[in-house]
Amino acid sequence: MPSPKLALFADVHANLEAVTACLEHAQALGAERYAFLGDLVGYGADPVAVLDLIERYAAGGAVVVLGNHDAAVAGRGRVRMNASARAAITWTQAQLGDRQHAFLAGLPLVVRQENTLFVHASAAAPERWAYVTGATEAERSMKAANASYIFSGHVHEQRLYFMGAAGRPVPFQPVAGTPIPIGRNRQWLAIVGSTGQPRDRNTAACYALADLERDRLTFFRVPYDYASAAGKIRSAGLPERLARRLERGV
Amino acid sequence: MNSPGTGSEIDGFHLGELIHVGSMASIYRLTGPHGPLPLVMKIPRLGPGERAVNVIGFEVCRTVLGALTQSPRYPTLVAYGDVETLPYLVMEFIEGTGLEVWSDRAPIAPDEIARLGSALALALHALHRQDAVHLDLKPTNVLYRPNGEAVLIDFGLAHHGHYPDLLAEELRFPVGNWVYMAPEQVLGVRCDPRSDIYALGGLLYELATGRLPFGRPRSRRELRRRLYRDVVPPCALVPATPGWLQEIILRCLEVDARDRYATAEKVALDLADASRVEITERGSRMRRAHWWTVFRRRVRARRFQPAPCPPPSTSVGPPVSIVLVALAPAQSPAPLLEALRDTTRSLIAADDRCRVACATVVPPAAALSGEGDENSATGRHIRRLVELRRWARPLHLPEERVTYHVLESGKPAAALIDYAKMNDVGHMLIGTSRDGASAQRLPGICAQVIAEAPCSVTVVRPRPPG
Repeated sequence: MPSPKLALFADVHANLEAVTACLEHAQALGAERYAFLGDLVGYGADPVAVLDLIERYAAGGAVVVLGNHDAAVAGRGRVRMNASARAAITWTQAQLGDRQHAFLAGLPLVVRQENTLFVHASAAAPERWAYVTGATEAERSMKAANASYIFSGHVHEQRLYFMGAAGRPVPFQPVAGTPIPIGRNRQWLAIVGSTGQPRDRNTAACYALADLERDRLTFFRVPYDYASAAGKIRSAGLPERLARRLERGV
Repeated sequence: MNSPGTGSEIDGFHLGELIHVGSMASIYRLTGPHGPLPLVMKIPRLGPGERAVNVIGFEVCRTVLGALTQSPRYPTLVAYGDVETLPYLVMEFIEGTGLEVWSDRAPIAPDEIARLGSALALALHALHRQDAVHLDLKPTNVLYRPNGEAVLIDFGLAHHGHYPDLLAEELRFPVGNWVYMAPEQVLGVRCDPRSDIYALGGLLYELATGRLPFGRPRSRRELRRRLYRDVVPPCALVPATPGWLQEIILRCLEVDARDRYATAEKVALDLADASRVEITERGSRMRRAHWWTVFRRRVRARRFQPAPCPPPSTSVGPPVSIVLVALAPAQSPAPLLEALRDTTRSLIAADDRCRVACATVVPPAAALSGEGDENSATGRHIRRLVELRRWARPLHLPEERVTYHVLESGKPAAALIDYAKMNDVGHMLIGTSRDGASAQRLPGICAQVIAEAPCSVTVVRPRPPG
């Protein structure tokens, strides 16, 4: 049996510095399984390097699901976006080679492994990219998922929902570094937070580590070299706003 | 599986005597070799006909106790079983007397209430400092060890700010003991440490008067009465109740959490030293509010918005909250006293919430030979207090941030260490006039304090001349 420690990354957004720092952090803690929960690209300046890195993990068995930015780059369906996101998509499309395009084109919307579901946005109609921002949306996703554990991204802030006895999910704001018991006797939905573009005024990258043997989930914040990542965005001629977001964590 | 009982073995633990059967769980003593701690096993009552809250309580208890740092003020969690297959908790067995022993024979003497109450408040503070709230205080959940320390037990309904609150949505009926429940808890708020301070006030009220603050509510309507009705002042029931005690009790029982003590530690300090208590209208109140006031409150209570929970870790204060300055003003040279003041000043500047406790140790009264007023124990005590105050005056600390203590003991180091242990001192300053070059080793008191104090210790030396 592989190591029960599963590292979860979402919304990497082509930020190589952030995802590298988080992978090192997770490996130091014994992670041997990986899941990338969509939005591998968009916003950041390293789409090729990030996709090649994630493709190598995928070849080693990592779970990778499609995000709305990935879908937009791959030309899979219509995706609504603001101007700077749109500019980044157009720029990204031009950077990628056939290999990266093919990788994105082959990503599934949802992966199910035993009692666990991996999905970028809400598990209720994943292709519509609904944001899980509160108990009502969490309830829809949890009821549709039919799994004990749902790991997702899309919303950039870390959040954990558990299904209460009354059938209503209860939100919880995790404390970084605290292992939370996630018993299999109830349903959990974890939004692991954005690795590549945190937005809670904290520049540190987000990820989570699940210990599926001991039923524990720990959310982490990892400081990384955001100045380099922001510098690359500027050098690439991407919108200035995208660089500033990394420097301020907004 | 057969239901476990005395004589059964579970995961290597041998069940001994059944010592408690409650509505939520049974508790067995454990026998056989298992290390230095005496242990108990708590097995939740599960299965058809039992309440869902039992299993949630088991998970909560495991999570909260497992998250707390080891302390004599609550039991240590040793092992637990899986919630789905074999739920149990193995915990330290606490040898102690339940608070019900005292509440059953209430009213009891004010100084005994102060002793029991301040120990309990310190136990609560130890919990609150870690972002945890007990939320189910009642006499049977408080034990006193033979040394007087209070121990909180049964964390089945507790809340820990770092973990999802599995009981948060059980709102149909507020969970917990209704007798001592805080108003905001009645409305479903489960994250405020001041809810425990309210319950503490209820326990003190019972000890002081022999009556429950609001009787035993049987319906939600009766439970809500505490949102607008005030309690009968203890003085009206037991005329001998001192004003300071009534002040403390009624302040704990304020409806709005913001009007109560901000921390349990402050309650402990007030109970330990009645002379600190500033007696307001609360302390001298003789009757309940007029019916017209109650009516207006009742109308307002429909829109009662509980105070927001204090943000974790900040409201209760960081672990380093008390700076103990060990002084002997009459015997120390002025440059040393000045150096101690300088160091204290920089600590105050670095942490604007810390409190300064100035302490001096004097030999026990019996050791005094003189009979005259000059040398009487009281006279000497007051002179030392005056000296301490004079030393602290240039620090310009507000009243609530500085306290003065004259400790009577023939062993100064041991007295300071005990004080630091009992009061959760975070940092101790101790002066010596000897410099490192001239003295091969530190004076005995310094050395013992450094070796045995439960906190950081800074040895302060006067600046070398020139």
